[in-house]
Amino acid sequence: MSKEKFPEFVELIKNKGKLFGPVKQKEKYSYEEIKDYSELDFDFQRTIISPKKFITPAKYTTLRFVKFGQTEVLPDDEPQIVMGVHPCDIHAIKILDRLFLGNIKDPYYAKRRENLIIIGHSCLPDDKCVCQSTGTDMVEDGFDLFLTELDDFYLLWVGSDKGLGIAIEAENLLEENVSEEEIQEYVRWQQERSSMFTTSIPSYKYLADIIHLNYDSEVWEQFGEKCLSCGTCSLVCPTCNCFHVDDKIMMNAEEGIRERMLDSCTLPYYSMVAGNHDFRPDRTARLKLYYTHKLKEYIGRWGQPSCVGCGRCIAYCPVDINVITVSNALFEEVCETQEVCDQ
Amino acid sequence: MTASKDKEEISTYKTQPAEILAIRDLTDDTRYFKLRCKDITMNKDFQYRPGQFVIFSLPGVGEATFSLSSTPTRRDFIEFGIRKVGSFTEALFKLKKGDTIDIRGPYGDGFEMEDLRGRDLIIVSGGLGAVPLRSVLLYIEDRREEYNKVFFLNGARSPKDMLYKRDFIAMNQRQIIDTHLAVDEDDTGEWPYNVGFVTQLIPKLGELIDSENTTAIICGPPIMYKFVIQELLKLNIPKDQILMTLERRMKCGQGHCGHCAVGGRYTCLEGPVFTYYDVQHIKELI
Repeated sequence: MSKEKFPEFVELIKNKGKLFGPVKQKEKYSYEEIKDYSELDFDFQRTIISPKKFITPAKYTTLRFVKFGQTEVLPDDEPQIVMGVHPCDIHAIKILDRLFLGNIKDPYYAKRRENLIIIGHSCLPDDKCVCQSTGTDMVEDGFDLFLTELDDFYLLWVGSDKGLGIAIEAENLLEENVSEEEIQEYVRWQQERSSMFTTSIPSYKYLADIIHLNYDSEVWEQFGEKCLSCGTCSLVCPTCNCFHVDDKIMMNAEEGIRERMLDSCTLPYYSMVAGNHDFRPDRTARLKLYYTHKLKEYIGRWGQPSCVGCGRCIAYCPVDINVITVSNALFEEVCETQEVCDQ
Repeated sequence: MTASKDKEEISTYKTQPAEILAIRDLTDDTRYFKLRCKDITMNKDFQYRPGQFVIFSLPGVGEATFSLSSTPTRRDFIEFGIRKVGSFTEALFKLKKGDTIDIRGPYGDGFEMEDLRGRDLIIVSGGLGAVPLRSVLLYIEDRREEYNKVFFLNGARSPKDMLYKRDFIAMNQRQIIDTHLAVDEDDTGEWPYNVGFVTQLIPKLGELIDSENTTAIICGPPIMYKFVIQELLKLNIPKDQILMTLERRMKCGQGHCGHCAVGGRYTCLEGPVFTYYDVQHIKELI
């Protein structure tokens, strides 16, 4: 598809439902509702909150009750389309899908996911992107359409039946035949992009073992000392999905709602049970849970860690506790005790 | 033994109303609740295993998790032993006989009672741990011929703190299960059974059991596990034959909310029953 036709393409997509896309707001980017093509800005590395906000919003109502009776509140049927989703975030959605749409399906997630159309967009890395280390820098499925932006044109990948439907509708905007030169240009772009990564996670492949060996390491204490227990890491992480459930009663004391909201294992009381016994009373224990669950335990359960290298924790943790600093510290710790650094 | 089976698909958070058939005080702060699903077919379909749990919902107050205390061998009602410790149980204790409460479940991977057939069993509970293990005990009483020797050791702080005291004393008299009741301290001076920690009763069982063919089942306050497990290991009971049920914070019961993670396992799906072998290296276990 040539670049001139892109606005028309966006216009066509807009008819499919509520359109969201990356919008620049005070130097930061965020997925916002798009009324006009001009609002879109694809020149970004990461939005503050990942597209997880469309499938597991930060807060939503699941139940409405009155004095006698209650009704389950399921999400609206209205389709939502999100444009400008980068490969790392598409991988993150695949990870969330596995959890919420496994043999126990979450009805709220399932409904939102069903009504979400994902249109991916190519990106170029900055110094916080570590998706090459995590193997999530490219994506083959998990989207409906994927646009790779090259100098004069877009290459469009179709990833689902829904995507195919849109492509067929946009037939006159697209060119069916991709020339050999265009493919060559894409290959060159891809190679160039791959060489642009400057940051990596050391020994990512062995990280599970490194964490295992460091279970009792003082490194955790050091990070625990620094951690503010603010929960920012979970809020911005595209795969953090833990939730809390709370009931609210209205002022008339006759009706109320049950709400589900994002939670974070780094917050106090996360593991507290009735009778005030807290299984993880200190920040160290909670931070350790965060990183071991994400980087190690997920491998046992799903065959891959749940970090997609988006760099949000690197950008937003106020005290620099992130996947890079943690894995570096653990790696160095292993190096001190064992001869594994030589590789 | 407790490896998770293919779970049936649980696709909603839909609750079903259950009527409170009976309430009675077990101790100063703990009450017995007997419930029955209002929908008769639902009631019949309510299949569960000892060790599983149910989530109660009180709109406006929230949801909370409770262990089933009744046995699936006795149909038509379910029982719970509940201690008043927080806002949810406070509201729950205000309900009366005949009131309705919404429940969903059962959840969790309970005890595979069929797999324990023919084995010697040592069942150890302390405090509130008696609640889920009562389910195991009643199940065994109803199918006693399927099991070999069965010992039940139950500890409480004092006679007035012992849950299901009446039931357990009756159990002791029936002698279907070899029952030993202990209190840490006898402040009444009239306690006819053991005084001391429940762990002290374990070594005596050494001569009575065939350790290779013994399964131990434990539930109690966090502090109890360490000492009881030590004693059981001294009796040479295999690590994979020490079953324990764990308590964790839970919101969903379906492996989604994340709160109950222990190591890489979700207590609500793969637990609450774990073997000691499976969790021995998980340091934040207790």
